[in-house]
Amino acid sequence: MATRQTQGLANIMRAPAIILLLIWMVVPLGMTLYFSFLNYNLLNPANTSWAGFFNYRYFYTDPAFFQSIWNTLVLVLGVLLITVVGGIAIALLIDQPMFGQGIVRILVISPFFVMPPVAALVWKNMIMNPSYGVFADIANFFGADPVDWFAQYPLFSIIIIVAWQWLPFATLILLTSLQSLDGEQKEAAEMDGAGFVSRFIYLTLPHMARAITVVILIQTIFLLAVYAEILVTTNGGPGYASTNLVFLIYRAARLNFDIGGGAAGGIIAVVLANFVAIFLMRAVGKNLD
Amino acid sequence: MARAVTTRTKAINTAVAWTIALVIFFPILYTIITSLKTESEAIAGFNLIPSFTIESYIAVQTQNDYFKPFMNSVILALGSTVLALIVAIPAAWAMAFSPTKHTKDILMWMLSTKMMPAVAVLVPIYLIFLRTGLMDTRIGLTVMLMLINLPIVVWMLYTYFREIPGEILEAARMDGASLWNEIVYILTPMAIPGIASTMLLNIILAWNESFWTIQLTTTNAAPLTAFIASFSSPQGLFWAKLSAASTLAIAPILIMGWFSQKQLVRGLTFGAVK
Repeated sequence: MATRQTQGLANIMRAPAIILLLIWMVVPLGMTLYFSFLNYNLLNPANTSWAGFFNYRYFYTDPAFFQSIWNTLVLVLGVLLITVVGGIAIALLIDQPMFGQGIVRILVISPFFVMPPVAALVWKNMIMNPSYGVFADIANFFGADPVDWFAQYPLFSIIIIVAWQWLPFATLILLTSLQSLDGEQKEAAEMDGAGFVSRFIYLTLPHMARAITVVILIQTIFLLAVYAEILVTTNGGPGYASTNLVFLIYRAARLNFDIGGGAAGGIIAVVLANFVAIFLMRAVGKNLD
Repeated sequence: MARAVTTRTKAINTAVAWTIALVIFFPILYTIITSLKTESEAIAGFNLIPSFTIESYIAVQTQNDYFKPFMNSVILALGSTVLALIVAIPAAWAMAFSPTKHTKDILMWMLSTKMMPAVAVLVPIYLIFLRTGLMDTRIGLTVMLMLINLPIVVWMLYTYFREIPGEILEAARMDGASLWNEIVYILTPMAIPGIASTMLLNIILAWNESFWTIQLTTTNAAPLTAFIASFSSPQGLFWAKLSAASTLAIAPILIMGWFSQKQLVRGLTFGAVK
């Protein structure tokens, strides 16, 4: 039983974390909101004035804005599709009896630990470079013309790199879930003559549903924030072909010194992320009870 | 009854799984191989057998002062983790052992701060760092990394602490153990595995964080993420060097990651998948 004294102690123990996160959440976000209503450029800070909704209107009417939203969606959905489908397939495979299962597992999850700039630069230079990359070598071997990945398919190339980084995450989570599937249930289904496909659809997939949801939601949060991979490969280009919302805001705030515009973009990013967050909180919240 | 698995099925599984695993691992393997080549070998076409020279590793140190960003990464990752633990252990402890009716709401709210996109606060944080002289300092970045990982740390510790059975505490109290004895002799030993796992995950996350570390540093405090990103501009004879720098940058975390697979699942899904 918690006495009043221990409850008081508990409050003191809780306080620092709560206060820190409260400040961390309220202060910068409040400032972003405030800046988003200002004409404020770091190159000309003396001319700062109230802008009303100008920054939002400016962002909204900029063709690059819609392209960046579209690119963000394509990037998130493309990576999700590859990692979830691939993750399920690989998890099912690794779950089978085989030799060297532990090593296979380690090899498969490794890309997750590679920091984004390394992952992106390795793919850009050693794998996808049109003259010296491994893909070019493979194309040459078959007598085909090598593809200039980042010039011709900039967004798709980034999707491949990001999917490579996140496939291990999906695989690992789905494999964990798969391994908690009751073996007896599987055997019972097998004895009843259920084939692989119907076992998968009626038994395995429903069992993994929760893990799949968690994978999708958590990945979405991180995929909405992809930045370094774009910075070191295409720098958002050609044109705006591989600029996502994060990169567009970064461009406005850091490269054009447009504080007001960057802040308005930031608020739009918060609204987008909140849609996802609400779903994730529900899924995780259920687990608390 | 266990299913009978024929050797043939097992052999086929093994072949398919190893092929896929090697394809996925290939970029890392090729980076390691390329780091042992000379620069001219590195662009001389596909070749899996390097000349095993360590000249690129030496070049990375002598030409680019590799040790400096490496130490920055170590300081940032360890510093932010220790700071986060100092703040989070008491909080998670209190929430696990003296929950109130608001504990669940507080936890959910903490999680929600993690959903805030970093780029949304890029403008104010950048300005704050500029004005207060925190730009390109290790202390500023350490605090940033601590803040962005704090929700995960509290959550993860909470899920571990919650598994420590309350009955043990009550039994100890009945036997007349003081609060101090309770914490030192009973709770701490049971909490250490959870704290260690949390630490491991947080170090991995802080080491690889690539938004703030690039935005808020230039040279002095730049960790490996920013250092490697600076390799994006020059073209030409630098792949072996890039590979050497990359290999050194990912090796410690890769090895830590291999040992923390289980904890990783738990930490990254906020306990939703165990």
